[in-house]
Amino acid sequence: MDNQYISDADGQKTYIFTPVQLSNIEAVLAEDLLDVGVHSVTLIDMAGNIISTMDNGESRHDLYSLAALAAGNFGAVSTMASLIGEEEFSLLFHKGKKENIHFSKVTDEFLLITIFGKEVSLGFLRLKVAEATDKLEGILKSGQ
Amino acid sequence: MAIINLKKKEVQAKVVYYGPGRGGKTTNLEYIYKRFRNRIQTEMVTIKTHGDRTLFFDFLPIEIGRIKGYDIRIQLYTVPGQVKYESTRRLVLRGVDGIVFVADSLAVRRKENVLSLKSLADNLATYKKSITEIPMVFQYNKRDLLDEGIPLLPVEWLEIDLNSKLKAPFFEASALKGPNVVQTMKKIIIMTIDSLRKDLT
Repeated sequence: MDNQYISDADGQKTYIFTPVQLSNIEAVLAEDLLDVGVHSVTLIDMAGNIISTMDNGESRHDLYSLAALAAGNFGAVSTMASLIGEEEFSLLFHKGKKENIHFSKVTDEFLLITIFGKEVSLGFLRLKVAEATDKLEGILKSGQ
Repeated sequence: MAIINLKKKEVQAKVVYYGPGRGGKTTNLEYIYKRFRNRIQTEMVTIKTHGDRTLFFDFLPIEIGRIKGYDIRIQLYTVPGQVKYESTRRLVLRGVDGIVFVADSLAVRRKENVLSLKSLADNLATYKKSITEIPMVFQYNKRDLLDEGIPLLPVEWLEIDLNSKLKAPFFEASALKGPNVVQTMKKIIIMTIDSLRKDLT
C-alpha cells in the first residue's frame, strides 16, 4: 500500500498515512523549513491531530496541546472571516519576543504550524512555507 | 477524523464530551486528569471565561497503550455548554470520532438535555455525520445528589427522553466524586477504536 486512503464507511473518515508518504512529508518539512532556520514545524489536521512534526532538537513544546489549540484557533479565525464577508484571512501569524508562530492552510483538512525566531524574516518564511505547502498538498492528495 | 500513522504505528482519535451547560463535562476531564496524572504527560488545557465557565474547550490527551500493535492516543475534548456558544461547539466537533453525552440529572434540567442532544445531531450533520452512527455513550451525571434529597430525573425518564432511539450504552455517574467516570471513558474509547479496527491492518 503506497498511498494514503480514506475510508468513509458509516460517515466516519479515517486518514491513513503510509511510511512512504510520511517520509516524503518529513523530507519537505526538513529541507524547506528546518534547513532555513525555523525552530519547529508541525503538520496537523483540522481536528487537532498531529500528522508529522520535526524540530531543530532544541524545541521543547507541548505539541499535542499546541495542535489542539491551533486547530481551534484556525477554525475560530475562519469563522470570523466569514462573519465579515471574507473567504479567509491570508496571514495568520503571532509575534512573540523570542518565538513567533505562523499558520498556513495546506488543504481544507490540513494545517501547517511553523515556530521560528528572530533569525528568519516573516517574508522569507512565508515564501518558504508557500513552497512547502504546495509540495505537501501534492503528497496529501496523492492517495485520495 | 482519526489518523493512522503506519510509520510510527500510532492511532490518534478524538472524543468529545458534549451536553448542556453546567452538566459536568469539564468535571469529567478534571477527574480523569487527577486519576491518571502519572500517565498523562502534559497539562490539561482549558479555555475558560472569568466566571470559570468553558469558553472554547478543554483538552486532555491520553495514551491508553497498544491495540493490534498500534499505540493508541485519544484526545479528549469538551465543548462549552452554554446555549450562546453554538458556533464554538460546532468547531470543536470537527473531526470527532466518538461522543460522550453528559446529561444533567437535575429534574429542572430536563429540557436543556433534550435541546443539547438536538444541537449535537444538528452540528454533526454539518459534518455529514449521523448521531445514529457515530460511537456514542450517555452519562447521566450528578446521581450522587439523590442522597442529598435534590430532585433528580429518574434514569428511566432520561432514557426515554434521550436514548429511546439511539439505544447507546449509558452510565449513572458522579463526575465530581468519580463513580463511573472512568467506565464512561473506557466504554467510549473501546467503541471508538472498534469503529477503526477494520483500518488497523
